Parts: sequence; C-alpha cells; structure tokens
Amino acid sequence: MTAASKPVAAARSRWSDFAFEALVRVAGFSSVLFVVLIFLFLLREGVPAFFEVPLQNLFGTRWYPTFDQFGTMPLILGSLLVTFTAIVISLPLGVATAVFVREVAPGWAREILKPLIEVLAGIPSVVLGFFGMTVLAPTIRQGLGMPTGLTAFTGAVLLAYMALPTIISVAEDALDAVPKSYRDASLAMGATHWQTIWRVVVPAARSGILTAVMLGLGRAIGETMAVMMVTGNAARMPTTLDSVFRPARTMTATIAAEMGEVAQGSTHYHVLFGIGILLFLITFLINLAAASAILQKRRRGGLR
Amino acid sequence: MRVAFGRLALILWAIAVLFSVAGCGRSRSAAAEAAGSEAARTIQNTGSDTLVNLALAWAEHYMQAYPDMNISVTGGGSGTGIAALINGTVDIANASRAMKKEEIDAAKKNGIDPKEHTVARDAIAVVVHPSNPVQGLTIPQLADIYTGKITNWKDLGGADLPIVLLSRESNSGTYVYFLENVVRQGVKSAVMFSPDTLLMPSSEGISNEVRQNPNAIGYDGLGYVTSDQKVLPVAKDSASPHVLPSAATVNDGTYPISRPLYMYTAGEPQGEVKTYLDWIIGPEGQALVPTLGFVPLQK
Repeated sequence: MTAASKPVAAARSRWSDFAFEALVRVAGFSSVLFVVLIFLFLLREGVPAFFEVPLQNLFGTRWYPTFDQFGTMPLILGSLLVTFTAIVISLPLGVATAVFVREVAPGWAREILKPLIEVLAGIPSVVLGFFGMTVLAPTIRQGLGMPTGLTAFTGAVLLAYMALPTIISVAEDALDAVPKSYRDASLAMGATHWQTIWRVVVPAARSGILTAVMLGLGRAIGETMAVMMVTGNAARMPTTLDSVFRPARTMTATIAAEMGEVAQGSTHYHVLFGIGILLFLITFLINLAAASAILQKRRRGGLR
Repeated sequence: MRVAFGRLALILWAIAVLFSVAGCGRSRSAAAEAAGSEAARTIQNTGSDTLVNLALAWAEHYMQAYPDMNISVTGGGSGTGIAALINGTVDIANASRAMKKEEIDAAKKNGIDPKEHTVARDAIAVVVHPSNPVQGLTIPQLADIYTGKITNWKDLGGADLPIVLLSRESNSGTYVYFLENVVRQGVKSAVMFSPDTLLMPSSEGISNEVRQNPNAIGYDGLGYVTSDQKVLPVAKDSASPHVLPSAATVNDGTYPISRPLYMYTAGEPQGEVKTYLDWIIGPEGQALVPTLGFVPLQK
C-alpha cells in the first residue's frame, strides 16, 4: 500500500510543480509582454505627431488643439510645476511622519497610525478631487486672496496628500533598515534621542528616503482626475513668480479631457499620444533615478 | 503558510481568468443572437452632453409609449457622437453644433451621407455670482472679457475685482459656438480665448465655481443653469436692449446667443429611426423640451 502510493504522490507533486512553475512563468512573461506592447502602441500612435506638426509648433506656447495650435510647453511646465510643488509640500511632512511613526511614537500609537496611513492610500482620487473642488479651492481663494481657488497650488496640495502614503511607508522602511547598533553607538556616545535621529538615523536612511521621494514623484506626475478637477486647466505659461497660485493645465488632464472627443487618426489624436510618450519618458527617468538610488544603497549595504 | 497562500491565490486567479474568458465568449454569442432578432427595434443614440438629458427624456417617454422599442442614449460630447456616426456605430448622433466640413468629408469617405435634423433650440446663458452688481453685458464686451482685454469688473460697472474666466472644455460644442459667435463676434478670425481662461471639464465644474466665486464669469446652456447663479441679460451691441434668455426671447430672436441643437442620421432616416425622429419633432416630443430648460421648435 505505502510502497505503491509513494511514487504516485511523488509524481503528482512533480506534476503540480511543473504546472505552477509554468503558470508563474506565463504570468511573469505576460506582464513584461504587456508593458512592451503598450509601449509599442504608444509609439505607433504618438510618433506621427512629431512628423505631422512642426517642432516649433509642438513645443510652442499656445495650446489650442481644435485650431491646430499644439504648443505642449504650457502643459509640460504645468505638470512639472504642480508635481514639484507637491513634492516640496509632501517631502518634509512625509519624512517627519515616518520619523515620528518609526522613532518617536509609542507602540500603541504606531499600531493605529500605520493602518491609517494605508487607508489614506486607498481614497479614490476622484473623491479627493471633489473635496478639493468644493472645500479646498474656496478656502485657498479666501485664505490667500486669490482671484480663483482653482490653481496649481490647490492641485499640488491634493497631490501631496496622495503621495504622502507612498513617501511615509517607503521612508519608514528605510528608517527601519538602519541597524540598531547605529542607534546604540550614538546613544552610548552621549547623543540625545533627537540628535541620534537627526544626525545618525535619518542620514543613514538617506538613499531610502530619496527612493521614497522618487516614487511619490512618479505617483504625483501621473495623477489625473483630482488634478483635472482643481487646477482650472488653463494652458498658460507659468513664467511669472506667482504662477503657483494661478491656474495650470497638466499633461494628464489634457489627455483625459480631450481624448474622448478627438477624431481617431487626426493630428490632434497623435499629439495627445505624443504627450503620452513625453509623460512616459518623464516617469521612466524618475523611476530610473529611483532604481539607481536603490542600487547605490545596496552597494553600500544601506550605510553611509 | 505564505507559500500555500500564494498557490491558493494563483489557482483562484487562474480559475478567474478561465471563467472570464469563457464568459466573454458566451456573452458575445448571446449578443449576436439578440442582434439578429431585435436589431430593427434598437436605436443607438449618442453624442452631445448638452443634449443628453433631453435625449434621455425623449427615449424614456418614447419607450413608455412603444414598449417594444429599445433606445440607448449616451453622452460624451458632440464630436464623440459625430465620430461614432462616421464610423457607423450609431443610428442617431446628437450634436450641439453643426458638423464641420472635414467631418462630412470623412463620413462620405466611409459611404455615409449625414443628414441634419434640428430637434430643439438652446440659449447660452452668461452667468456670474449672485452678488455681482453688473446689470448686463453686450457681445463686444463679452468678447473683450474672454480675450483678456478687460480684466477687472470695475471697467464694466462692477466692484474692483479681477475677472476669472470660465469656459467649457474645447471638446464641447458649446465652446465652439461661444468662440465663433461671441469671442469672434461671428467674424472669421484667429482670435482665441485668453490663455488664462479656466477650462472646466463639466457643467457642474462651471456652476460650482460661479456659485462660490464672486470674481467668476461663465457660460453654459440655459438648461444647466441653477437658480443660485445670476443670469446676465445680454445685448447684441451697445445700441440694442439687454435681454434675458428664455423660450420667448430665443424664438422671437431678441436674445442674441442661441443655437439649434441637432440630431444626425446616416442618410435619410428609415423605418424605426424615422418614426422616432418624427415623434421628437412632433408635438409630443417638443412638449418635453421646455421641462429641461431648452426652447421648443416653433411651429
């Protein structure tokens, strides 16, 4: 009995091993394949834009696509303006929260805060956009005395809020990875708790925090819905100093607002995909920078 | 434990994929069968967001009167509806603007000869915050406002406040109409909206900002104006009287910014589609028009 069932069991486990390995392999390869296919599709639809529209027009300053003026400069600068303002807001907040959660908060507070931060990441962006439109924008208009509350700054505040969970959890992991011996050594040298955090733990986790910022940046620049609802979508060049407090139009909002309408195969259609390519390149560069930061960290074993 | 869970998830995922593939196959064949027997009784209707509520009301009442008819109405913008007509995927395209020459050419290239039917009229209302003291504007003043020549309400008899320009997105038929007939004052030119104009993705975006921002000025179809916004009387020029938009002033031609709303069909309408369009233009269909804030056709 036992002698007969053993080979059967072995054969079955070998068979299931094979099946699962094959499944995992298919899943792994298919996701790579999909990314490649999507990129090829993006290229096929977007590259004609760079031939159909003179580059001077394409990188000009006037975006009136229904009248053949395809200046993408206000959109690119609008996206960068909103995204970097968002990072300026969320970086100190995020790192401070991570330091608090990991280093300062008592155990019970940490138990409450960590799941709460994860819930934050789950709020649909359209809900945040609605909140921004009805509550945040009027508050910003009245509080800062602006002509309108639908500004790049309003979008940046919402984006900062959306990038926070990413920044906090990745930065917290980075702080977590700093060896205990560092803290012990610092404290043994007579440093205070605060000095240990600020001079030893945070610098040691520096590259991890940089990764957190890069990932938050990638999250922010691709965000569409909330931004479209609160930035006012005016394609103006952000050349003056007060541009942060003026309306702006981002690349993502432009694609989302216009793609539904455009005639397939028209120049406008190709230009929208061309903007998609530019956006893809920007996020790719950001991810590359994040990856190289991680690599550097590994090479140095997470230490400074 | 974690490995076992991973396997379980993988199995569930594989099952889900198999089922969804099988499900797709089945629903597609079911749809094909349904199309075979009921194609003549289903009307696909898509396009203008301005018209979508009216088109829905027509469809609902029509289906109540003729229960064997099935009319599906979707929005998406005038251009979306026209593109669908060009691609031959809809029976009726709703549009708040006339088809452009390029669009008609594209349709003809696909063997489709679009026919235009005026189904209602719409007044474009100019709206401001209820606290705004301005009593009325002329079309040339509106043009100066929207091109950025006038940037402060005090130049128009209002308070010393900056003007915030609100417009619909450039895919909207309302945008194109306002640009051609107000910003360009009906003259062909390269004049554009000021780059500072805020493009709102929806009517709700405009009414929300007008409601709470004393600096704002916006425009939208009269049917979309809520009672907490102030509708400004508009004059054709400084010599004409200022007129508030209404069914009466649109039909007697005294309100200067009104436009026809269209339905387009591929070729002369036939069978069910023709019956439906005749019903819309007839007294029963037109009786629904004013309930949604539009202007019925004059008989």
